[in-house]
Amino acid sequence: MTQRKLIEKEDVVVKFVGDSGDGMQLTGTLFSDTSALDGNDIATFPDYPAEIRAPHNTIAGVSGFQVHIGKKVYSSGDSCDVLVAMNPASLKANLKWAKKGATLIVDTDTFTQEAVEKAGYTKSPLDDDSLSSFNVIKAPITKLTTEAVKDVFTDKKSAERCRNMFALGMIFFIFDKGLEHTFAFLERKFKNKEDIIKANKEVVKAGYVYCENTDVLQVQMHVPEANMEKGKYRNITGNIAAAWGLLAAAEKAHLPLFLGSYPITPATDILVELCKHKELGARVFQAEDEIAGICSAIGASFAGVIGCTSTSGPGLSLKSEAIGLAVMTELPLVIVDVQRGGPATGLPTKTEQSDLMQALFGRNGEAPCIVLASSTSANCFYWAFEAVRLSLEHMTPCILLSDGYLGNGSQLFKIPKMSDLPEIHPPFATPNDPNYLPYKRDPETFVRQWAVPGMEGLRHRIGGLEKLNGKGSISTDNANHEQMTFFRNAKVEKIADFIPEQEVYGDQDADLLVIGWGGTHGALENAVKEMRQEGKKIAFTHFNYICPLPKNTGNIINKYKKIVVCELNMGQFANYLRMKFQGKCFYQYNKIQGLPFEVSELKEKFNEILGE
Amino acid sequence: MAIEHSKVELTKQDFVSDQMVKWCPGCGDHSILASVLGIFPKIGYKKENFCVVSGIGCSSRFPYYVNTYGFHGIHGRAAAIATGVKIANPKLSVWINSGDGDATAIGCNHFVQIVRRNMDVNYILFNNRIYGLTKGQYSPTTKQGQITKTSPYGVIDYPINPGELVIGARGTFFARAIDNNPKTLGDVCMAMANHDGAAIVEVLQNCVIFNNKTHEEVTGKDVKDDRQLWLEHGKPMLFGKNKEKGLILRGTRLEVAEIGKNGVTEKDILVHDETTENSGIHMMLAQMCPPEFPMAFGVIRAVKKPTYNQLFEKQMEEVKAQSKIKCMDDLLNSGETWEIK
Repeated sequence: MTQRKLIEKEDVVVKFVGDSGDGMQLTGTLFSDTSALDGNDIATFPDYPAEIRAPHNTIAGVSGFQVHIGKKVYSSGDSCDVLVAMNPASLKANLKWAKKGATLIVDTDTFTQEAVEKAGYTKSPLDDDSLSSFNVIKAPITKLTTEAVKDVFTDKKSAERCRNMFALGMIFFIFDKGLEHTFAFLERKFKNKEDIIKANKEVVKAGYVYCENTDVLQVQMHVPEANMEKGKYRNITGNIAAAWGLLAAAEKAHLPLFLGSYPITPATDILVELCKHKELGARVFQAEDEIAGICSAIGASFAGVIGCTSTSGPGLSLKSEAIGLAVMTELPLVIVDVQRGGPATGLPTKTEQSDLMQALFGRNGEAPCIVLASSTSANCFYWAFEAVRLSLEHMTPCILLSDGYLGNGSQLFKIPKMSDLPEIHPPFATPNDPNYLPYKRDPETFVRQWAVPGMEGLRHRIGGLEKLNGKGSISTDNANHEQMTFFRNAKVEKIADFIPEQEVYGDQDADLLVIGWGGTHGALENAVKEMRQEGKKIAFTHFNYICPLPKNTGNIINKYKKIVVCELNMGQFANYLRMKFQGKCFYQYNKIQGLPFEVSELKEKFNEILGE
Repeated sequence: MAIEHSKVELTKQDFVSDQMVKWCPGCGDHSILASVLGIFPKIGYKKENFCVVSGIGCSSRFPYYVNTYGFHGIHGRAAAIATGVKIANPKLSVWINSGDGDATAIGCNHFVQIVRRNMDVNYILFNNRIYGLTKGQYSPTTKQGQITKTSPYGVIDYPINPGELVIGARGTFFARAIDNNPKTLGDVCMAMANHDGAAIVEVLQNCVIFNNKTHEEVTGKDVKDDRQLWLEHGKPMLFGKNKEKGLILRGTRLEVAEIGKNGVTEKDILVHDETTENSGIHMMLAQMCPPEFPMAFGVIRAVKKPTYNQLFEKQMEEVKAQSKIKCMDDLLNSGETWEIK
């Protein structure tokens, strides 16, 4: 038996890559769930192609799943410590993400001359010294898998379908994890398919034992338990968190939830998730297009429930006119935009933050909306809740910006108690109120009352034409239009009184303030923390309330000499701040590669600015 | 699901709004409004349980003139908005008003979809074969060859026939009426109100300003007897001043026959069956137009089929009854969770 060193690691990034269809998403999920059950903090990020099954063994068909586990994890991590590559193409596409000295696990059986050439190599990288700076574990995974299942499956295809479980077994051994969770999962997932359960279990064990009994591995790694707040936890993706946040808010508002949506990557999972929850009264309508999705939601809101729609950038474009209708009719409406690379079809499966200006201004006329942004996969729950709360209580459409990274990525989620969440109070009109007028406003908040069909004595007509202040009948009066435009804007600005102040992390007298918003939170926080540990005077503030901005935003911005705004676009939030706080100079750090920020690139940029 | 009825008897006056009706004098919309105001009290629902939804166009001003809950939407989207209203609250009687541009051009997809889903709504399609509110451009129902502002040399598009769309989408109810015939218009609207599911009524409506007399070849006093076939369920399909003409089926197509000629008797005339699921004859009836045929009016198709809303509510009740998850706390704590102490 080989004597192995056990290394303690604060955090580790493991990336599983293979052909789409190789089961990399499942393998990664099983590893992250097992680690979470073991007490590790986790964050995951799937990286998959737009094609469902691109040609076999090509770079275009590579699908990946990255798992970051550790004592404290801020993001799904930059480059990986362990890369599991199930074929030559996935190795070729992902080697650049492996740290120097990283452990590479490759299935040598797949490195045939044909596959190697298809991946774009002239000769197998396993046969030259191109991988000499890595710790390469060459395992005949296909052969060993087939061997392990020979009592169950005789056909090659069924046997090879279990290859991913062999790699998973190997990873479990490397990180000293138990197999129980995976076994239990297999039993649930393949209930009544005894042969599949048996085969997969055998293969996981075989992978584990292969590492244990051979000398392919010199070290095992141990990642300490996270030091987390007490409580009950689960793993959750941003899209499911957003769906649940909408449901939770509907419960707190004592209203049914309506979702009218059209499938669109990477937002589809919100629709898919809410379709499941008829038991909680979710009224979900799969519409014929994006426009019907939002229009049905507006109709639902008019009828007295909370109308929501989920989409991604191209869908938000299609919904623009209807958002204006909701602005004009002053109805609650929540639009969740899970952003992706644009313009047009762009990069459907990759992340970006380039819909900000569209969310803020992408409509005809003066059409202000509330704009919020979630910043972690788990807090998509709370921001979806907040979107419903603000939209209902202020009778204004709200756009919640998530993104592909948050939506598909997963994270530990401390399960809240519903009793700890605030009640939501929609401003319903009172039936038979003789003084009811559709556009009579609360003098403080400028919010109109919500009278819904079925309520006695409050029949009225509203629509997209300009309304007479108060009475709400059609009006083309010039002065009235200006006044109503003012009211619609003031109503949104007034919301700043009902949201918390912006917080700053780090030194009051820092030399540099880092500003971020939305899904980049993890990488930015990590970069700033590390730099502070290195003795740099740096501060960080991250925005979730985009419109209106928190009231103290100006004070914060005026306090720091150097400010850098970091975002995954060409500088949309920086330009928004320039518009709001004129004369202030903002540095920018932008990335438009369909990928999240890496901590290393951020630190490099911050150091460069500090050195100027 | 049942819509609550009014405890007191309502009159037309209960539904007249305080808004000045701003359609042109002589516009066919006036009589459609009068018909709807006439049947709303007869339907018997509480005033508050009606919801009238429209898109954009002259006809889409309709909700402002009916004292119910009303929503004036955006161009083409009335069907989508109404869908949300009905799913959110199936205990509302939902009415849609739409023009030929709104329903068969910009909103054609929503129109077909609401029909195919059999959403429980009442949809009045005002067909004047022109864009009126934008002052006279041709629409998808404008006749080929017609000169309009955007077809100075004549329309080259082939027109859409709304009835064919409805029946092609396996709609459960389609009827046709004429604006200047209030009695039959009211009857048809009442039949629509009594139908469970997506009920579409196409009204041949005259635009006095931009497309005057567009339906004259069917509605004209001197031709109407020979060019209007008013259908009645279970009755032979007869027309003509003295009901001397009727429809027969020859091979796979309809033909006009005269009773007493070529040995044709009333027994040979096809009997109208609006309830048959098979849409063959219904489609042929919807397609008929002069000069070869009269145009079919009244209820062409009224088929019983569960509505989207009935199926939706049924499924929801079944899921609720079976599920262990009764509230958000249950959902949050379902599946794989673990405690950190």
